[in-house]
Amino acid sequence: MTDVAGATGADKAPAPEPAAERRFSETLHFARRNPKLLIGSGIVLTLLFIGLIGPFFVGDDPNAYVGPQSEPPNGEYWLGTTSFGQDIWAQFVYGLRSTFLIGVFGGGVAFVIGTAIGFVAGYKGGIIDEVLNMITNVVLVLPAMVVLIVAVAYLDARGVFVQGLFIGLTSWPWAARAVRSQTLSLATRDFVDLARLSGRRTWRIITTEVAPNMSSYLVMTFILLFGSAILIAAGLDFIGLGPTNGVSLGLMLESAVAWSALQLQMWWWFIPPGLGITTLVGSLYILNVGLDEVFNPKLREL
Amino acid sequence: MTLRVKDLKVYYQTLRGDVHALDGVTFDLADGEIMGLAGESGCGKSTLGKSLIRLDSRMRHVGGSIELDGKDLPIADDDAMVPFRYHEISLIPQYAMSALNPTRKIGRMINELLRARGLRPADIAEELERRLELVGLDTDVLNRFPIELSGGMKQRVVMVMSTLLNPSLLIADEATSALDVSTQRSVAESMVEFRDRGYVKSMVFVTHDISLVYQMADTIMVMYAGRIAEKASTSTIINNPQHPYTQMLISALPEVGSTAEETRLEGIPGTPPGLLHPPTGCRFKDRCPMAFSKCNEQPPLLEIEPGHWAACWKTG
Amino acid sequence: MWRYIGRKLAVYLLTFVVAVTINWMIPRFMPGDPVRSMLSRASISDPEALERMNSYYNEVFGLDTPLWQQYLSFWAGLFRGDLGISIMLYPEPVIDIILRSVPYTLAVLLPAIILSWIVGNRFGAFAARSKILDNTILPVGYVLTATPYMWLALLFAWAMGVVLGWFPVSGGYSYSLRPAFSGEFVWDLVMHWFLPFLSMFVVALGGWAIGMRNMIIYELEADYSNYLQALGAPRKLIRRYAFRNAMLPQITGLAVQLGTIIAGALLTEIVFNYPGLGSLILDSLTNRDFFLLQGIFLFVVVGVLIANFIIDIVYVLVDPRTRVQMTGGAA
Repeated sequence: MTDVAGATGADKAPAPEPAAERRFSETLHFARRNPKLLIGSGIVLTLLFIGLIGPFFVGDDPNAYVGPQSEPPNGEYWLGTTSFGQDIWAQFVYGLRSTFLIGVFGGGVAFVIGTAIGFVAGYKGGIIDEVLNMITNVVLVLPAMVVLIVAVAYLDARGVFVQGLFIGLTSWPWAARAVRSQTLSLATRDFVDLARLSGRRTWRIITTEVAPNMSSYLVMTFILLFGSAILIAAGLDFIGLGPTNGVSLGLMLESAVAWSALQLQMWWWFIPPGLGITTLVGSLYILNVGLDEVFNPKLREL
Repeated sequence: MTLRVKDLKVYYQTLRGDVHALDGVTFDLADGEIMGLAGESGCGKSTLGKSLIRLDSRMRHVGGSIELDGKDLPIADDDAMVPFRYHEISLIPQYAMSALNPTRKIGRMINELLRARGLRPADIAEELERRLELVGLDTDVLNRFPIELSGGMKQRVVMVMSTLLNPSLLIADEATSALDVSTQRSVAESMVEFRDRGYVKSMVFVTHDISLVYQMADTIMVMYAGRIAEKASTSTIINNPQHPYTQMLISALPEVGSTAEETRLEGIPGTPPGLLHPPTGCRFKDRCPMAFSKCNEQPPLLEIEPGHWAACWKTG
Repeated sequence: MWRYIGRKLAVYLLTFVVAVTINWMIPRFMPGDPVRSMLSRASISDPEALERMNSYYNEVFGLDTPLWQQYLSFWAGLFRGDLGISIMLYPEPVIDIILRSVPYTLAVLLPAIILSWIVGNRFGAFAARSKILDNTILPVGYVLTATPYMWLALLFAWAMGVVLGWFPVSGGYSYSLRPAFSGEFVWDLVMHWFLPFLSMFVVALGGWAIGMRNMIIYELEADYSNYLQALGAPRKLIRRYAFRNAMLPQITGLAVQLGTIIAGALLTEIVFNYPGLGSLILDSLTNRDFFLLQGIFLFVVVGVLIANFIIDIVYVLVDPRTRVQMTGGAA
């Protein structure tokens, strides 16, 4: 709290603003001054931009054998080439794109399942809560990655969406738990009681009263699910269970290891994809901390 | 005098500017006095309670002084305040239900605190047990975890623990608000007894509800919008209040012995002014039925009769 | 508290049943006939062996018996410790192959989990001390948790193995050595173990540090901390309490994170070609040895369940609140 002085320059009392508007402008004020939020979202947006428009500049097939083999980074091939003469920069931008895709899709599926279960369990309570809780605990205890390996291994053709679906189906439990406990604390508030007394349908109460009041929390939950979906997908790709005939950052790591990039000291083959994943997910996490500080006034003081 | 507060100003720092939570507060607290500190929420009473023992990170000491037993309290200096805390000034917090470390046995926690304050727990153990018995607790609570105690029991443990070193000043911040009525009464009685036995010299009892304190307090001080409205003996405040705000506050209380059906509770119309940009002059003037032109100047806090102070142009 | 343990046990039992059922269902209900195609592609040259194997799987997946009977006999086999026969190492039983790899995985996994938990908690508590520390340790922690396990393993292997040549980067021990209880062999084992362990340890570290930092800040704002501060207790005492209380959710966090960390161990092993379960998974995938794969799956699930239960017991022993509820001592 160093920048309090002069926040509102006028000596006269300002005209009373509506509370919601004031809260919004205050949030915005903190958002603009939060380095974690700014740096994190800056990096994520840059990577998104590269993933979105990069592929238009590098040719249609990132796996095509286009250049000299095992070339270190140079002016023509910015990140060098693989031992088959594939352009690593081209693979990288396409991989970035599919990384975002899997994050949005896998994270999205997990988000939908997790929040739906969390809302219903927290709002309904009773036996429904017990049953949903049991299901959540079972899926939580199951090691997701290992389940995924077994399930995905049997699929002959795999695409980004199937992979995302499977990831979503296994990684929702903690989100359900978190949303449930938030819902529990909201469900006893006056405005929810009022809505309930006025006879509105459960689903409408959840979407109009409960969810908007934890919207910041939901955003942060989605970001975390997004990040973890990316990491899980990278792991699956690395074991060789990635999208068939596709390209992703995880697959790049897999082929780098499979073709002994390590022993051949072709560091340009395995550093960019891992660095891409780490930077993206790390920035997401730091952005999330920034959001938390902006939305949660208690954390602002620290 | 145990406590002399002179023109104390403590502001909250916020993004939108300073909130003048305490804007020139002056009062004395006599030896052995139990003072009820009342007012609507946001009037600065809790800020005053905190200022006497520990400012939180957003509070800033702007001016004025506090004198305890003739010594100046360095309230702006957190470290320099440490020697006074517990030994001279102590606190029963609003959150007494959760004031104990949930994973330590109560006895062990008290011992660790005493040792950290440079005392030998063994020297005090006997006194501790005596006082626990005095408030009606088995000494066995020392071997229990907080979770094993009821709310009233925790409240009493905190009371004994806070007053163990016979402080000069005890601040009780809404200390009984969370309890049921009968427990409230017995805790209040114990507090008076602690004063009578000399375990605490004097006490400030912060509350939003005068009816909670008028049986135990010697004096009552009413605050409004960061300033003192009136301070007098309890009977004077209840029976013969002079400040219009106090009068309205008292008339809003249900009369003793009457039921709610007979007397309609009168709220005070209007809301207190915001303290971010407090109005000039008397801060109550917008809600005051007796306001007149002079109220645009700030009324001084004057002793209108011995021991009775009020800040109003009509009483002066 | 017995109720608490009972509930946990029920969840674990249910999880086990679900896992076994998934395991049983996947090869039978997946599109196509994965088992047939697997067998037809299996690289077994001996025609007599192939014939024996075909009849064995016809028996296991027998179309002549109804599904429920197959399911029951699957369970029966399980209780006899029978996870089937491997294809890639025919005719070795799956269980034997797995048991051979488990020590390597545990050797990397257990020290990495326990040490990263302890050290990470220390770092996290340290970070909560000041803004400067917080602003350095926190981003580092987040970047570490965002690092794919296999990538950090690759970086370490490249830097400390290939470039500097300090450590071997492949295998569990040198092929020139025969397993023996000699000093030379043990040293060789340790050298091969170190990098997989280190990279796992470092990645896992970040998560614990962040968790601890957040928990301890929460605890330092708790009512009991404020009360102690008002009574002039030194920061040291308050920090000690906060640290201890923040540990408790970190123990639960250990159970929640277990799956992720195990996945990380499997990936790390693959990078180093370390002869644990991870490399075994990769081998079974490339050889399409689904029986081995499913055996590993069940084995890992059982391991996770056991570990979860151990963590539950530890939690009960450490948190006085659950312990108190056990004796029913509430007043």
